[in-house]
Amino acid sequence: MLKQIEGSHGVAEGIALSRPEVICAYPITPQTHIVEDLGSLVKGGKLTNCEFINVESEFAALSVAIGSSAAGARTYTATASQGLLFMAEAVYNASGLGLPIVMTVGNRAIGAPINIWNDQSDSMSMRDAGWIQLFVETNQQAVDVHIQAFRIAEALSLPVMVCMDGFILTHAFERIDVPDQAQVDEFLPPFEPRQVLDPANPKSVGAMVGPEAFTEVRYLAHHKQMEALDLIPEVTADFKKIFGRESGGLISTYQIEDADTVVVTLGSVIGTMQDTIDEMRADGTRIGAVTIRSFRPFPLGALREALDGAKRVVVFEKCLAVGLGGIVASNVRMALRGEEVPVYSVVGGLGGRPITRASLRDLFANASKDELEGLTFLDLNQEIVDRELQRQQQDAHSGSVAENILQDIGVVATAKTA
Amino acid sequence: MFQIRIHGRGGQGVVSAAEMLSVAAFLEGKHAQAVPSFGSERMGAPVVAFCRIDDKEIRLREPVLEPDALIVQDPTLFHAIDVFAGLSPQGYVLINTSKTTKELGIADAVKDLPEGHVRTVPATELAMKYVKRPLPNAALLGALAAVTGAIQMDSVVEAINTKFPGKVGEANITAAKAAFESANAS
Amino acid sequence: MSHQQVKFYQTGTLTVGNRLLDEGQRTVQATLDRSNSLDSGHRACQGCGEALGARYAIDAAMRATDNQLIAANATGCLEVFTTPYPESAWRIPWMHSLFGNAAAVATGIAAALRVKGKDNVRVIAQGGDGGTTDIGFGCLSGMFERNDDVLYICYDNQAYMNTGVQRSSATPGGARTATTMPLGPEPGADFGQGKNVPLIAMAHGIPYVATASVHNLHDLEAKVQRAMGIHGARYIQVFVPCPLGWGSKPSDTVKVARYGVESGLYPLFEAEHGEVTNVAKIRRRVEVADYLKLQRRFAHVLKNPHQLEMVQAIADRNIRRFGLIDAEGGQH
Repeated sequence: MLKQIEGSHGVAEGIALSRPEVICAYPITPQTHIVEDLGSLVKGGKLTNCEFINVESEFAALSVAIGSSAAGARTYTATASQGLLFMAEAVYNASGLGLPIVMTVGNRAIGAPINIWNDQSDSMSMRDAGWIQLFVETNQQAVDVHIQAFRIAEALSLPVMVCMDGFILTHAFERIDVPDQAQVDEFLPPFEPRQVLDPANPKSVGAMVGPEAFTEVRYLAHHKQMEALDLIPEVTADFKKIFGRESGGLISTYQIEDADTVVVTLGSVIGTMQDTIDEMRADGTRIGAVTIRSFRPFPLGALREALDGAKRVVVFEKCLAVGLGGIVASNVRMALRGEEVPVYSVVGGLGGRPITRASLRDLFANASKDELEGLTFLDLNQEIVDRELQRQQQDAHSGSVAENILQDIGVVATAKTA
Repeated sequence: MFQIRIHGRGGQGVVSAAEMLSVAAFLEGKHAQAVPSFGSERMGAPVVAFCRIDDKEIRLREPVLEPDALIVQDPTLFHAIDVFAGLSPQGYVLINTSKTTKELGIADAVKDLPEGHVRTVPATELAMKYVKRPLPNAALLGALAAVTGAIQMDSVVEAINTKFPGKVGEANITAAKAAFESANAS
Repeated sequence: MSHQQVKFYQTGTLTVGNRLLDEGQRTVQATLDRSNSLDSGHRACQGCGEALGARYAIDAAMRATDNQLIAANATGCLEVFTTPYPESAWRIPWMHSLFGNAAAVATGIAAALRVKGKDNVRVIAQGGDGGTTDIGFGCLSGMFERNDDVLYICYDNQAYMNTGVQRSSATPGGARTATTMPLGPEPGADFGQGKNVPLIAMAHGIPYVATASVHNLHDLEAKVQRAMGIHGARYIQVFVPCPLGWGSKPSDTVKVARYGVESGLYPLFEAEHGEVTNVAKIRRRVEVADYLKLQRRFAHVLKNPHQLEMVQAIADRNIRRFGLIDAEGGQH
């Protein structure tokens, strides 16, 4: 049924339709509306046969989820940013134990400095923890992919992280076709755990594994993600059959057929990029884009195929490997092993900085002329940077970088007069 | 695509205004996107919300940089931030005030806009009268319907009902209708 | 639930199998058909108080729940010595997740059982003092506050033993540990205000809190049984000497536990909803020094009259606070 609702609320409805049995809730901007909505759905009797537990921290949230999933219940939780880091130990534990928990990450920057706005550093910080990581571009996809996530997780016995841009998607009102229960039931069978804590069949779970077996266990975790590369397209094909639309998958492409310049990115920014690409195409630039939807497992093969024929690749990401450059860019370069195609790494949108068509147009225009640095920070204010570097040079006690910059750009001054 | 930017302060229902506007457009079978531009939740701080309306899917996610219409829920903002930034030369400006643009000190800023595109609406007064709370958003949406035709008054009514069922909704609808009538009359 | 043929090694005496007691008073361990949840072959040290306490506690819980029990275990000695890969000594469904989350994992298991309508299956969380009073404290408090249907058993050997005897917030004043070495005139562990988790548990108002000790295994079993007859958050803290960490003889474990309790240093009591309901009176009061003498971790204290006084003060305070000695009883 078509609805005009907030992204978070759509996700809550999608989760509810997936018949979760245990939901753990701890609030953190920007996912709070999801867990609040789910709490109301349970309390109001609309989501039945579900335990909604208010926990005391994110570490507790995922730990409760680990217990409940191990005992055979379909389990869900949500977090972002600082919360994801606070549960980091449990994130590795969940995937190591092979528990099919589904978790929303409302992508948000990580402090210090504290920042509540969107970027993808949080998910990226857990990219190697063994979870499947799926990124969505719109709120429609957010609803659809959460439903798919349960099926993927339970088929593989592996936890899945569904990543959606905080505020930009979570807090945006847009048109969503919310599926009906019959469709979801057809697509998503009841949870049949691969392993379960059961007095009738007692097992020990979580034993120590020493040097003689650890490598094999880890190899099998990697192998399972390789299986996911095949499973994910199967699931999305099945989804299309039942729900009638394309959602999820490993990657999606836009106008790449004859593109000289191909932009690779993740998440909601592709929307603005598509408008920009249309404008540039109208002016004769052969440019297209690939959106990575499954970041883990990383679609090396699908990406390599999509980028075949491109004269240059621009990787645009809302995260940064401090001391190296682009995280996604490094991963994309692996897909292009052996190919002589330049890969330009662009870092943009950090901490919620808006990404505009105008900036993208300039960026893509420069890229198409190979007039880009290897690493570009989109819309970087070089003056502010230079002034701070000068400060640091001139004064050994120059103070906090963040506070200095805030003073410099007058944020502090205007806050006082507003 | 028709782009609206709503300016106000925390607690004035700026975000709700954008949401209801998007719902109104949705009810007319259009695509609509409403997004708040946040700081941390704090009463009184400047808040901006965006709404886009189009006949086809909206893919654009940047802030509304070139609004076709501005709704200014709090006129004290004129001197705090650049409310008019990017306003289309054919744009509309709806201001929640009983003062004139001259009294507000913005007559120059809006002088090149087409005749009838700049309207003052005593929305807070209407809200106090019908809703008994200083929430001017519903009234301003009624005025927007009248002045721009971007959405229909019926859709605004239904959108308000969806967001605020019952007596609260009715009161807001009355305020919206009053603003609609008075905007049409002037 | 399969039963093992249990062998009683002591022969020729009526005390084996508690045969001097009525059926109803015998321990679970005295029966041939006990569940043997923690089976032999684990890797605990000789004389390990925790292995002894866990075996009694879990078998008692199994009997009380008709063998319908699931356990969540924190990282620590108990987890490590019972599950040396690829073996496990546990005969019950058992899960180890992390160091600090046993209480939360148990909460999750309980929630899953509830939603699946498996009301008869009960949940225990267990861990050492490190995993309970320090790193697991947040999750413990959360579980208490929500009154989740979990019995948390803390095996208190008063330090992080598994990692080499480092100090925890349960380490008593004066004790030597690897991170509280008694160098020079300073005591080993600080004589601070302590962190009394049973009292903290009581402050949460949960349905049942108790302390127990491996010198009185009947009492431990009875407390576990009582706890399993209650629904909601419950906490039992068991005093378990660690010969290796305390520097005591493996054959002295039960004696050390008895002396610790009967000196007044480790009060045994029960509480419900924040009110003390039962206190184990000291039958034969033990000198604090006699307790300390059994353990090399207190050697420094014995040579230092001031520190000895401070330990005595703790015992005196407990005796006063909990009424451990009746006016007429508790002879030296």
